[in-house]
Amino acid sequence: MKTIFIAVFAATLLMAGCSHKSNQPAPLQSTAAGTAIVESSGGKQIGYAGMLLDQPVVVQVNDASGSAVAGAAVYFSGPSGVSFTPPAALTDSSGQVTSTVQLGQQGGRYKLIANTHDASGKNLGLTIDEIALGYQQTVGAQLNAQYCVRCHDPESTPQRVSNMDNLSVKPHPFTEGDTLNKMSDADLVAIISHGGPALNKSPQMPPWGYTLSKSDIAALVSYIRAVADPPYEAGGLVYAQK
Amino acid sequence: MKNNLHALWQLLFGDSARAFGSASVILLVLLAVAPAKNYFSEWRHYQKQYLHLIRGRADAVTLERHFQGGIQQIWIPEQQVTDRCTTCHLGIKEASLADVSSVAFREHPVIPHKLTEFGCTTCHRGQGAATTVEEAHSATEQWEQPLLPAKYIEAGCGQCHLENQTGTPFLNQGRQLIVSYGCTHCHTIKQGDGTYVTPDDDPPSLKHIADKTTREWVYAWIKDPQAYAGTATMPNYHLSDDDARDVSAFLLAQSTPLEPPLQPVKADTKTPADPAAGTSLYGQSFCASCHAMQNAAGMMVGGNVGPELTGIGTKAKPKWLQDWVANPNHYDPGTMMPHYRFDAQQVATLTGFLESKTEPDFVANVHLDPATPEQIEHGKRLAVENGCASCHEINGIKKPENFAPELSRIGSKPLNQLIFVEGVEHSLPGYVAGKVRNPRAFGPSLKMPQFKFTPQQIDAVTTALLALTDRAQSQPPTMRIASVQQTKYQPAGNAGQLMRDLRCFTCHMINGHGGDMAPDLTWEGTAVQREWLTQFLKNPETLRPALIRRMPKFNLTDAEINTLADYMMTVYQTPEFDRDSLPVSQFNPVQVEQGRQLFYSKFACQSCHIADYKNDKGYIGPALAATGKRFNAAWVYHWLKDPQALRPGTIEPNQHMTDDEARSLTAFLMSLKSGGAQEAMKK
Repeated sequence: MKTIFIAVFAATLLMAGCSHKSNQPAPLQSTAAGTAIVESSGGKQIGYAGMLLDQPVVVQVNDASGSAVAGAAVYFSGPSGVSFTPPAALTDSSGQVTSTVQLGQQGGRYKLIANTHDASGKNLGLTIDEIALGYQQTVGAQLNAQYCVRCHDPESTPQRVSNMDNLSVKPHPFTEGDTLNKMSDADLVAIISHGGPALNKSPQMPPWGYTLSKSDIAALVSYIRAVADPPYEAGGLVYAQK
Repeated sequence: MKNNLHALWQLLFGDSARAFGSASVILLVLLAVAPAKNYFSEWRHYQKQYLHLIRGRADAVTLERHFQGGIQQIWIPEQQVTDRCTTCHLGIKEASLADVSSVAFREHPVIPHKLTEFGCTTCHRGQGAATTVEEAHSATEQWEQPLLPAKYIEAGCGQCHLENQTGTPFLNQGRQLIVSYGCTHCHTIKQGDGTYVTPDDDPPSLKHIADKTTREWVYAWIKDPQAYAGTATMPNYHLSDDDARDVSAFLLAQSTPLEPPLQPVKADTKTPADPAAGTSLYGQSFCASCHAMQNAAGMMVGGNVGPELTGIGTKAKPKWLQDWVANPNHYDPGTMMPHYRFDAQQVATLTGFLESKTEPDFVANVHLDPATPEQIEHGKRLAVENGCASCHEINGIKKPENFAPELSRIGSKPLNQLIFVEGVEHSLPGYVAGKVRNPRAFGPSLKMPQFKFTPQQIDAVTTALLALTDRAQSQPPTMRIASVQQTKYQPAGNAGQLMRDLRCFTCHMINGHGGDMAPDLTWEGTAVQREWLTQFLKNPETLRPALIRRMPKFNLTDAEINTLADYMMTVYQTPEFDRDSLPVSQFNPVQVEQGRQLFYSKFACQSCHIADYKNDKGYIGPALAATGKRFNAAWVYHWLKDPQALRPGTIEPNQHMTDDEARSLTAFLMSLKSGGAQEAMKK
């Protein structure tokens, strides 16, 4: 009787041990520690749900005097569904760690976290914001690239010269949350559909309501909301009505 | 132990009354198993969680009214959809649940389709009839199609939508890559509507390769095409040095001289090429509309229609280059490159300029001994084995049929028909992406070469391939949105001949045939005035200052220009209205002035257009300062009323003008007759 018990117990233990493979990366042996972790590049990108971001995320570990620290361990983490390659690494000779990021399956904002430890073992964290576009925002992004971007984006590329400087009233870039977040969805739909004069603004913003469909315009609004910086808060309208 | 068991038996089944009682209890317990399993089932657990969630919300009453307990099912027999996903995913139709953190109960993001018409598994895959999370989402022994990862979700759209859609950039990109990297030279892809995917990469014929380039260049190219040009679509076959030596030996050996032979440039024009003149002729001819070249700052400038020219002097033999610049039809009758009518001096100048663009490092370390017959024979065998003739014309090798597996249903391929290797995720998307990423990882003897794709391009190609499902093939035709197919339109007569020689269709679309790099000319004869057209063909002015891609100067003769202008003015007319129906003489100065005000105030046209070079700066649309010389008034009027009706897809917004407004604006625009843009720029 006893022997059977022990055998079963052992087998159970063995099975439990085998089935739970650890997903945690092996801890890194850091050879140095900094006092601060900062973002070098790769934040505030606009990507697509489930896709790799165009640019990798690069973070740097610095010491108290602000110079780069090589050999400090940096760990990346994020909401479920986000994956990093590599998820953890030691800083290189310029004090940096580079990781490519695949966003999760849902559209929305993602807060990525990069952690390192200082000499006393205290955790130093850095938050990096990224944006994933869902289906409707993707439609908006495509329409934006076709119709809006030439006036609303101050950046020029060799393929596309920005028209913003040629306008007497400067349009708002869509990332300009400080201004655009104050406008209601209805106002945005009105100004896109009927042009600037619909809200007593410049006629240099033409009406698109006879060129784009209603769902196109809704998609543009959802894109504008998705990329707003600071982020757009829908503001509990649903509850207010009740 | 034995005694204990015996005692237990006696206790339960010792006499008939005990036996009856015990058997009844056991039967009851057994009968209770099914209801208990049901009661404790996973989906009930989710429904309870959901109710708990909504009861805490402000709109609980509405949400509870929408809630229906029990197993839910979407059944669409004609699409073979039996989806019970909504048994647990209870909030997908509730707009107020868009912010819920649990994915299971969140509102489905906005999509153009109704759940009740398409179900869930049509796009997401997975096992629709299952009622446990594990079975519905994952691959099981009986079910091989798990949920599609979100990054490939556009594959769902691609099963019915064969056309390019605004909302599916990755699917569009993947399909474009499959076409432009020539995947279908080897793989057959038959789409659901019965059409075949045809490649558009136009790999060159190698029948006269020795006229064009050297064996050393061919060797270095085969070893690593992207080392010569980063944008090259030719894949890498990872040939060993010896194999590359033998293939290059064979390719040069099979080459026959072009018939009639390359034309040497006349001796008297063999003046030393002036580099400045060459640069300016390259610019004037707008070679950069199609060809990229690295500039002094190391930046790649130019289009990707033709090959990159940064190292063309290393690649092309001078004699071939002269012949090609003079008339590309001679070497390749099927080329997309127009026949510029350069004179001998211009040919020498441009050739000299191109010859100076070298990359000596590319062939610096290539030292090949003269080829032996054995090497040539071995090279031919390698060319056959690797399917070179699938893409390239080669003397002595026929294009192989079905060289690679058909991919028409790759998106539904059963996993048991696939061979996985270490490091490749055991799933269909994992397999397909693995094959696209690194085909030779699946076995060194496999023939598929290594294409140069970025990780993002790999995802895009995988998305497009995963759209090729059984469902895509068996879908009722009414469900399918066909792709826009090129028509076989060809202009007739002398003008048609001329237009083909000039390769107008490489850039312009006419009657559904041609490229999309330049404006559609289907109704150009209604739009423009003949004098303007002839002037433009003689010396194309800049219409859109912000564009890199411009109409080249072809050095046409007056007779050729007349032929083209006559044809275009006669044939390319819209049936919708008469181009002479709005004579300019009808307009009076009051209308012109009203139009001016509408232009600058109500419609603010100067935001995008230039009517007056002194004051206006709008950079998006074409300059309008010479509208009165360029267009017909009727065209301008109808354009203003509804631009998309005349040119679908134009970004000019429809401003919903009244007839009077459009008439006044037309009057104003037709009064603008200053010189062309270049003339005005000079001032």
